Amino acid sequence: MVDISLSGAQHHVDSIQASCMAQVQRRRLYGGLTLLIFVVLMVSGFNVADDRNAGGFWDGLHQIGDYPADVLSEAWEKRADLPALIAKYFPALVETINIAAVSTLIGAIGGLFLSLLGTRGLAKWPRLIPLFRRISDIMRAVPEIVIALVLIFVLGGGPVPAMIAIAIHTAGALAKMFSEVSENTDLKAVEGLASTGATWSQRMLLGVLPQVAPNYVSYTLLRFEINIRASAILGFVGAGGLGYELRNAMAWGPGRFDEAAAIFILLFGTIIFFDQVSSRYRNRLTEGQGQ
Amino acid sequence: MTTIDLDATKFEAEKLFQRKRLIGFGFPAVIAVYFVYIFFAFDLPGLAGRANMENAVTLASDSWSHKVHVTRDNRSGEITYAVEGERKGRYPEGQRPDWVRGDEVITIDLGGDIIVRYLPDNRTEIEIPGFQPIEAQAEGRTVTTNLPDDLPDWISASNRRVGITTAEGRITLTGARTEVFNYFPGWELFWFTLDSPYYGQSLAKILFGDQIDPARGNITGAVSDWWNNAMWRHKDVAWAIGETILMAFLGTMGAAIIALPLGFLAAKRFSPLMLVRAATRRLFDFVRGVDALIWTVVLARAFGPGPLTGALAILITDTGTFGKIFSEALENVDQKQIEGVASTGAKPLQRYRFGVIPQIVPVLLAQILYFLESNTRSATIIGAITGGGIGLMLTQAIQTQKDWEEVAYYIVLIIAMVMFMDWFSGWLRGKLIGRKD
Repeated sequence: MVDISLSGAQHHVDSIQASCMAQVQRRRLYGGLTLLIFVVLMVSGFNVADDRNAGGFWDGLHQIGDYPADVLSEAWEKRADLPALIAKYFPALVETINIAAVSTLIGAIGGLFLSLLGTRGLAKWPRLIPLFRRISDIMRAVPEIVIALVLIFVLGGGPVPAMIAIAIHTAGALAKMFSEVSENTDLKAVEGLASTGATWSQRMLLGVLPQVAPNYVSYTLLRFEINIRASAILGFVGAGGLGYELRNAMAWGPGRFDEAAAIFILLFGTIIFFDQVSSRYRNRLTEGQGQ
Repeated sequence: MTTIDLDATKFEAEKLFQRKRLIGFGFPAVIAVYFVYIFFAFDLPGLAGRANMENAVTLASDSWSHKVHVTRDNRSGEITYAVEGERKGRYPEGQRPDWVRGDEVITIDLGGDIIVRYLPDNRTEIEIPGFQPIEAQAEGRTVTTNLPDDLPDWISASNRRVGITTAEGRITLTGARTEVFNYFPGWELFWFTLDSPYYGQSLAKILFGDQIDPARGNITGAVSDWWNNAMWRHKDVAWAIGETILMAFLGTMGAAIIALPLGFLAAKRFSPLMLVRAATRRLFDFVRGVDALIWTVVLARAFGPGPLTGALAILITDTGTFGKIFSEALENVDQKQIEGVASTGAKPLQRYRFGVIPQIVPVLLAQILYFLESNTRSATIIGAITGGGIGLMLTQAIQTQKDWEEVAYYIVLIIAMVMFMDWFSGWLRGKLIGRKD
């Protein structure tokens, strides 16, 4: 009796081991196949991109340093002028930061409404939740450059098209992040307020916002970092600010590289500065929330 | 004693309330003041002057409609019919739209009882209901008309150029040319250009009808004519979208591959040397801080414009971002699992492979896939700067300032592309690491 049960167990272990090995093998096969497909995609994608590029990768590789070296050496030669140039482009920097700040503010306000109107349990009109979600999906999907270019055509160059374009994208992006937070809000406060006869806006302002404010502010700061980069890039296509000056300075070519260098320094410093400041505040805001 | 305590508490509470009230009103007030500052700093009052509403109207109407030009060259007397006035959209010899009649006298029926007649000797007659018949004579560089001095605002006239805008279409007369633009809704020639035998054929006829072009089968011929459509350039558009997605894919994945080992170097757990750690972190900060814009500019000098440059710009910037995220994830790994693997006698590399990697893979994949979607958008923008992908086509179409239907088409495609990538990365994430809820 003991023998039988033992050999049965033996048999059992064997079959378990066999099926385990089979499973491992299958997983290895799948893993290997996935890796193979991935490698093929990367290599062929690289080759296609290399083919369609004006200059080849291997030809250009040793030239990467040339342009920065030219810019830096010329800037070093004229290093005495650098502070003056930085002062000259400082207003453009302020414009870039202003574009980012205003569009983040407008986007955050828009995102706040979109997220509250698109969250189950909080929405003013529960039937319209899918509508507001689609609106924020579409606003999120539109790259800033699309709106910026169209608006530059209508409104002329300057900071306003960039501001509107970034604000629209920010509203969509923040609406998604905000609604992920507000889905987890405690509805008891809202119900309590509702029982006192509070209107929808009072319920949101007093019941929901205090709960979600730290996370919202944290996401908004993160977005501000991203938007500084975006507003610099949009400047490059004609929307004012530092990017616009950079394009002009680059169009001058050699001889004016010191100006390009000054703009590079300003942009680099600004991005690093706001990254550090915002990450410090974000850490403080989300501290003690399990993150 | 109780009274004193309560008083103190009440005082405290009132102070707190006051402070909250101050913040409650002060914060919006600061924002409002900032908006006022921006209102003047961005010169919003002057915006109305700079804004070109005519551009907005052209954009809005052209994006969903097309116009057919009927042009008379007043020197040779030759009349051409072309969609959007483009060579690619020109009607073949001997063909013309059915709202144009006559041989000696060309009668153009714009609809709504507006009739334009091209008469011999460069004369033109225009009939507009509710207005006197207009006669015009082009001579050399001037146009002579019988228009009165007192003109309605839809007619602009000088002795060089006469422009008439009606709800049905526009007419411009100059010494060199007489042109009529007839507007129609829809994107003309989207499927086939006029020189294709399949133009104007119904779908059913192409699929099931008799062979239209004797040289080719209906479906292959139709697909190839559509694919090589010179007006809408479907082939180039498809390639451009492919390039944009390729930039995002290569950049994101390449960055992840490079950032993973570097992430180990930057994590306290795995890199005991302070110097190495600090150096790697500063490197991450540096490549992130330089930003995709500057990388694009620098790389475009070395590699020339194209998708590879864009991909590399994304790759370099995101290496910094990924490195930061990965090293943070690596610092938060659970030591127990590594110890467990080590207790089986695993070597360091095996400990990483089986003790660490499985823990961080979900975080990594989630971030990579999120960035894949976000980089599709970045690639559109970088493409506009570095010259590759759909971003470039969009910029070019906007810069020519006339193909607004193409601009609308590209915008729709870009939004669809980003939404597709969003959906795709979400789907892939669901497949690989399970749904979030």
